[in-house]
Amino acid sequence: MKERIVQNLWPIVPVLMSILATTLLLVLVGGDPVVTFSALLDGAIGTSDRLFSTLAFWVPLLLCSAGLLVTFTAGLWNIGVEGQMIMGALGASWVALKVAAPHPAIPGWLILVMEVLAAMALGGLWSVLAGVLKTRGGVHEIFGGVALNNLAIIATNYLISGPWQPPEGGTFRGTQPFPSQALFPLLGNTRFSPLTLVLALGVLGLVALSLRGTSWGLRLKALGKNPRSAFLLGVPSERETLTAMLVCGAAAGLAGSVRVLSWFDSLRQSISGGIGFLAILIVLLAGMRPLWTLLIALFFSALLTGGTIVQLRTQLKASISGIIQGTLVLFVLLFGDYRLLFRKRREGAEAEAKEP
Amino acid sequence: MHVELRDIKKYFGPVRANDGISLVFEPGHIYGLLGENGAGKSTLMKILSGYQAPTSGQVLLEGEPVDFSSPSAALNCGIGMLYQEPQDFPPLQVLENYLLAYDNRLLLDRRAGERGLRSYADRFGFTIEPHVDVNSLTLGERQQMELMRLLSLGAEILILDEPTTGISAEQKEKLFGTMLRLAHEEEKTIVLVSHKLDEVQELCDEVAVLRRGLLVGTRALPCPNRELVRLMFGAEVPRSERARAARDTTTLLVDRASIHTYRLDVEVPTLEARAGEVIGLAGLEGSGQRLFMEACAGLRPIRSGQILLDGEPLHGKRSPFFWTRWLALVVLVTAVAWFAFQWATGGSTGLGFAGGAALSLLVAGTLWLVGTLLVSWTGVSPYHEFQRRGGAYVAAGRLELGLISGLTIAEHRALTNPAQSFVADWAGARQEMERRIAQFNIVGQPDAPVDELSGGNQQRVMIALLNSPLRLLLLEHPTRGLDVTSANFIWERFQDRCVQGTTIVFMSADLDELLERSDRIVVFSGGSVIGILDTSETTVDELGHLIGGQAR
Repeated sequence: MKERIVQNLWPIVPVLMSILATTLLLVLVGGDPVVTFSALLDGAIGTSDRLFSTLAFWVPLLLCSAGLLVTFTAGLWNIGVEGQMIMGALGASWVALKVAAPHPAIPGWLILVMEVLAAMALGGLWSVLAGVLKTRGGVHEIFGGVALNNLAIIATNYLISGPWQPPEGGTFRGTQPFPSQALFPLLGNTRFSPLTLVLALGVLGLVALSLRGTSWGLRLKALGKNPRSAFLLGVPSERETLTAMLVCGAAAGLAGSVRVLSWFDSLRQSISGGIGFLAILIVLLAGMRPLWTLLIALFFSALLTGGTIVQLRTQLKASISGIIQGTLVLFVLLFGDYRLLFRKRREGAEAEAKEP
Repeated sequence: MHVELRDIKKYFGPVRANDGISLVFEPGHIYGLLGENGAGKSTLMKILSGYQAPTSGQVLLEGEPVDFSSPSAALNCGIGMLYQEPQDFPPLQVLENYLLAYDNRLLLDRRAGERGLRSYADRFGFTIEPHVDVNSLTLGERQQMELMRLLSLGAEILILDEPTTGISAEQKEKLFGTMLRLAHEEEKTIVLVSHKLDEVQELCDEVAVLRRGLLVGTRALPCPNRELVRLMFGAEVPRSERARAARDTTTLLVDRASIHTYRLDVEVPTLEARAGEVIGLAGLEGSGQRLFMEACAGLRPIRSGQILLDGEPLHGKRSPFFWTRWLALVVLVTAVAWFAFQWATGGSTGLGFAGGAALSLLVAGTLWLVGTLLVSWTGVSPYHEFQRRGGAYVAAGRLELGLISGLTIAEHRALTNPAQSFVADWAGARQEMERRIAQFNIVGQPDAPVDELSGGNQQRVMIALLNSPLRLLLLEHPTRGLDVTSANFIWERFQDRCVQGTTIVFMSADLDELLERSDRIVVFSGGSVIGILDTSETTVDELGHLIGGQAR
């Protein structure tokens, strides 16, 4: 029982350690840790605008993390989540530019539904492509994912600088702003749309419930732990692999639509903002536990949003959040898995107890 | 080397694997360590070989207490262990494996290594080429390779943990010859861990018997089997009687099936297995029995001929969306051709040829992708069709091919339940497994992860997971590594299945098991069937002769 509590609270350890390491670093370069961290906190939740900004950044992180929970359970390293997000953004942008803009009479809710569906379909298919490359082509999903990420970026750049270039000649930075009925309903003058947060929390909850309580979740778990035994026990491997990829891709695609339809108001070059990769880190840090995923995603989003204020208040660069993030990665890799950390000593014993 | 184990204790939580064992091993002798599963034999030997530390007690070499931190520390002192599962690196070559422990040098001396390897191989009559991949070796050959490695590193004491499971009769003979020579001519100390009485009788000078972590006695050999059995089990175990349960209906029909792999071609002429019948597959390891079983399960395609389960071949269920990939191809070709035509004749498409081709590729690719997804959702693989039609395949590797580490017994049930609902029925699975745990005498709770069970219990879980009705049960070494009582128990459960009409096809390296348990035995050699015997008219000698006589 005690061990379980320790295990459940364990993700705090690397977080605290990275904050400690950053503090040491601050002292070392002559900065004031108290001022810096209070600026960080202030920047993240100090005013309602900043709080909403943190929340707005949290939503796509949550969506990607929810998707990754599925693929990680199935034992898939879906590095391609970044590209799937971009493809989702492309899908939503296509509807916004080619359907919403020329037809202002279509009601906003219908446009939104179409945008979201297009984003999920495109993200999902992009993900399934990586899955098919794995099941049919023997290409590991990491390599397939990296390649498809690059293709997605190339496709975005092509569209921005080519067919979807703003009429006034535009720059390489983005398309023209979408009509307002094509955007998620925003809260006041912020970039945060409460609707998307509800969606994201719903997706995460649904994923958590499915993984825990359905035979689909059990099949994914079996596949992730031992694909060969799972096949022999009756799990259709290809079907479950592709389905897991589809679900993750759809969630990432939804995250992409949130980026273009609320964070930005147009398709930009840096649409993904590294959120997909960050989500991988979050899920690993949370040990694939949904509740922790939720909290750690919020922590990261506050960290990154707060970083900008730090730069204004102190002479330090905004990279302070980057440093915390970087040391966090390091400490997660070192101490992240509580069970693994203490297993070495017990491993011999466990192996022994099994077989005489 | 003189070895003494003094009051060795090893506890795993409440389990006393070794509870104060003292033993002495003298050079030039072969010792047997007997005991049923879970008696503590392997634990004791793993302590001696430095794999794990004892809870208390001492290991003394030549009277000096030693404390090994790792197997390599023990090997430096001359103690080498041959594990039941070969501890080698299948992707490497034999020579590379052999050279592994010489890595304290910057450069590997391959030539010297090859010379050493060959001289050992010549000395013991092993035929292993230094440059073949370990992958391609049989279990027996991998064992020989490991043995040579240990000797070259200066092992004076050799511990062999169940060395004869899974190796051929010929390899076993060679191994035993080598052991006798090492002990009696080269003054090595040899400890054979086994639960097979015959082997111990055949090879050892002295035997120590363990039961539940205690040393219950040592005997000089030869000594009556009955006495050893009494020591091992506390009472003599009667062999179970078997009634034939074959009926008239044919379950499995093989008609000139041939299987092709790059290493072996297997031909099975005609074989008809009736409901309730037990068919044993005999032959040296790697003679084609496993390939044949995999083909029967639909895990391996057959090149020609037929394998019918209840009159129907196993080719899986084709998805109703199989045409999508053809459609994608047709779309691609027509669209590209159309754009090419427009471009050549100067027709205006607004895209040009390259743009048109890219668009066609995009559309066709999407179609193909969606098609593949639909096919994966609606198709059924031949093996899963085999399962749906009442077939089951139980492979030998429990945690590699059969059970899933980290999932509980109840979760396994939920996974294999043919009437699976979308929302998992944990309570039902738990209840069902509680019933089966009692029925199969499994030590473990439904919520216990399978990797925490002992090997014998894992085997029972695999058998407890089998569903009903069961038409055909394929078993790979069903009692490997189990003691007599557990083996009998498991075969009684199989016998119950036969009475209900299940056909059993199993492969085994144990001739007694084959003769005792099957109605007919199919003997494989080099990929062909060299005989189908009725067990009521066959003796161990005949069978052994047939298998061994045909061996190359």
